[in-house]
Amino acid sequence: MKYVNKPVRKKDAMQLVTGKPVYMDDIAPKDCLIIKLLRSPHANAIVTSINKAVAMKVDGIEAIYTWEDIPQDGRRYTQAGQTYPEMSPYDRLIMDRHVRYVGDVVAIVAGRDEKCVDKALKLIKVQYEVLEPVLDFHKAKDNPILVHPEDNWESLVPVGADNKRNLCAHDETGSGDIEEVLKNSDVIIDHVYHTKACQQTMMETFRTFCTIDTYGRLNVVSSTQIVFHCRRILANALHIPKSMIRVSKPRIGGGFGAKQTSISEVYPAYVTWMTKKPSKIIFTREESMTASTPRHEMEVHVRLGASKDGIVNGIDMYTLSNTGAYGEHGPTTVGLSGHKSIPLYGKAKAFRFVSDVVYTNVMSAGAYRGYGATQGLFAVESAVNELAAKLHMDPFELRMKNIIKEGDVMPAYYGQVNTSCALDRCLERVKKMIDWDHKYPVRDMGNGKVRAVGMGMAMQGSGITSVDVGSATIKVNDDGFYTLAIGAADMGTGCDTILAQIAAEVLDCSIDEITVFGADTDTSPYDSGSYASSTTYITGKAVEKCALQVREQICKLGAELLKCPESEVVFDGRFVKREILKKTQDEGRSGAEAVLASEKAEDGAKAAENATGSAETSDCVQQVSLADIATASQCGNSIALEATVTNSSPLSPPPFMVGAAEVEVDLETGEAKVIDYAAAVDCGTPVNPNLARVQAEGGILQGIGMTLTENITYNKKGKLAENSLMQYKIPTRIDIGHIRVEFESSYEDEGPFGAKSIGEVVINTPLPAVSDAIFNATGKRFYELPITPEKIAMAVVERKQKSE
Amino acid sequence: MNITMTLNGKKISADIDADMLLIDFVRDHGCYSVKRGCETSNCGLCTVFLDEKPVLSCSVLAARADGRVVTTLEGLQEEAAEFGAFIADQGAEQCGFCNPGFIMNALALFREKEYPDEDEIKEYLAGNLCRCSGYEGQLRGIQAFLAWKKEKSGKEAEEA
Repeated sequence: MKYVNKPVRKKDAMQLVTGKPVYMDDIAPKDCLIIKLLRSPHANAIVTSINKAVAMKVDGIEAIYTWEDIPQDGRRYTQAGQTYPEMSPYDRLIMDRHVRYVGDVVAIVAGRDEKCVDKALKLIKVQYEVLEPVLDFHKAKDNPILVHPEDNWESLVPVGADNKRNLCAHDETGSGDIEEVLKNSDVIIDHVYHTKACQQTMMETFRTFCTIDTYGRLNVVSSTQIVFHCRRILANALHIPKSMIRVSKPRIGGGFGAKQTSISEVYPAYVTWMTKKPSKIIFTREESMTASTPRHEMEVHVRLGASKDGIVNGIDMYTLSNTGAYGEHGPTTVGLSGHKSIPLYGKAKAFRFVSDVVYTNVMSAGAYRGYGATQGLFAVESAVNELAAKLHMDPFELRMKNIIKEGDVMPAYYGQVNTSCALDRCLERVKKMIDWDHKYPVRDMGNGKVRAVGMGMAMQGSGITSVDVGSATIKVNDDGFYTLAIGAADMGTGCDTILAQIAAEVLDCSIDEITVFGADTDTSPYDSGSYASSTTYITGKAVEKCALQVREQICKLGAELLKCPESEVVFDGRFVKREILKKTQDEGRSGAEAVLASEKAEDGAKAAENATGSAETSDCVQQVSLADIATASQCGNSIALEATVTNSSPLSPPPFMVGAAEVEVDLETGEAKVIDYAAAVDCGTPVNPNLARVQAEGGILQGIGMTLTENITYNKKGKLAENSLMQYKIPTRIDIGHIRVEFESSYEDEGPFGAKSIGEVVINTPLPAVSDAIFNATGKRFYELPITPEKIAMAVVERKQKSE
Repeated sequence: MNITMTLNGKKISADIDADMLLIDFVRDHGCYSVKRGCETSNCGLCTVFLDEKPVLSCSVLAARADGRVVTTLEGLQEEAAEFGAFIADQGAEQCGFCNPGFIMNALALFREKEYPDEDEIKEYLAGNLCRCSGYEGQLRGIQAFLAWKKEKSGKEAEEA
């Protein structure tokens, strides 16, 4: 392959490293109204009165909107970017008289500049009837206090939701007789694993600007992963036709799933629609931390049964997921906690997976890389590590006995066949990379510090089975360069580039000859958007198919110009050639280039001869250049040099991964630092090994942050403590030793050139791997993340006291 | 109040509010490379040079720059492209939003110490957060750049 599986530079790289103005706030009109939001200080309250008269008098204030401007009995909507009908319940209004978490929106203020808006915010007088909140997610189900008591709450899809029970979703699934299997198992591991509502923390916070276009439509430019879903969400929220809305995205400063939910769009959309003036909103970091949609807090109860020789017989899982005040992605994330962890164990004879997703009065949860699989894999992989310790068996060896193989049916993965899998090779590779046999389980460094290792496995999906849609439009332009239009969103991942690589591979041209455009609801072909690890596998395949069709179109017009049947020509990326002639007469005259400009081209544009400058004719090879075909296509032509292809897949082939951590623990202070992380990924063919590697390295460090430092704590009134980068500690570069990633690729027949996905699977292994290393270092198992230095230090003290 | 400064080599005067931050001032003057990632001086995205020293422009009043020299990435385009190419060759620029601050601070590091070692690199750039890359690709890019620079200066020395 010439362009696929090559580490080419990202097409936008030099623009980004030189700091060019390509993000939302760099290109927003300078006369935008500035929007800020007044937010509720209470976790559960009814706005009894709101007085904006004084605030409206502030010089520069354009408008202040409150719940009184929003029909409270109107149809609700969800902010979740999902295919219609969304699994997430319709439980929001733009502003609701009933505020449901600390940070819920009470008023929208729009004015000339930040200063006047800040001043007006302080002058709005709000009175609340403060209600008791539901803050403990264990007590939410069937609690007499309802987060959504309203009658216009709506669930579009039967996901077991019931707002009168604080239930956003409920599901039960299984295969085989799990109770019987567990009864007959020699060893049972039975624990509850707790992970928090961690933040995506992309460097660019949520932001959107809106204008009214030439046709009176609402033009929305937003940092979003989901332009098409966003259009529907805004139409639902504003109760205006979708035809009146256009959504596009500029460069995005990171997403990680956060921008799969329309967090900021609705406010400027409303302001601009009402005032017909341009407006913009930029969330502060504090707002991004306290009023967005982070990962779902989950408690995953695992009962795992195994034989004494280490075969996992069955897994029984109950997941309790906290969706917070609103149900964005609630019914869907929970499913991955079971469906993308249990299938790793191919010898299991039974499984059961039951889940509840509950409403509480904290910030809503949403989509974050890993999307529930992260939480489930922490639980299952930690349980398997504990099983290994209990059986005095090496964790790698135990995995080798149990893992899913290529060709196996995965009952817990919707019964799909495991079509491509190099998990076994990933295990072998990582074991060597980390030098496991010398380092497992722990080494005393003699300075109060110990170094221990731990490991974990992971899987994810590649798009949502039979749901996600990806499309590509490719057209040939003058000179023969191509435009590739997509609806997928490059949020830094490099999908513009890897999709161009796929197109270049098929079209036999350099990626510099392909310009990429995306994403804009008015002009891009439909795409569900960039989430669920779908872009490479789903949209990538659409690009591959589309490029093949464009080749056919090029050949069709080329054949017409050469005046021969289409079946007689081939396209080599630069020329359409008539091969039959070539084969019979080409002997001894190879290299001679001849161009037969067709009569049509001469009659029409005189294009071919003008363009090539070498209109030499010969009877040995007939060929016409792509540039000439492109030129001919623009004069007297009826063959479209353009194709659009849409793709969906009945499969979601899982990428696989193994990771191992070497962690240094200071037994005096409790500080734990990952000094080395080794990982092997099976993402099928890595379309761009550099970009795939950096995806993996970045995801691994996010997983390490989630394991060690990224904490979420609410006070008794439901206020979040970690509301800045000061308190919410994402890893810095001195918090990590080295991360090393290698590829053990399988080949996925359904994917473009054998590719699966990479974006999400990479965040999953550090949670169990680092946790188990800490167990090996301290003898203490932690079932709740993050494992902070305080927890480790206390565990060391307790162990000392016990041994004394 | 009126202030005068040299911004990217050009002398400018402006009438500003006393509480205006340097980040807002330079953005108002077309330096869009300067980004804001937090409001607690934690992320490093807004790094600019004030009299050749890197500062967080979100934590400096514009008035502080009165009579001084301010440089943003717009004023260091050649250096940015030369060094940035090595980051790009790792794919480590990713979303790009942290790049200008990170690159400003990396250039400041190279001015203070021509060939920093790994620990010095990590220490100096610890205040530049990145959520995409896991920092490893940035480190590889920096080391590749330093190796290239060393080789180049060796060759130049030989030729001389």
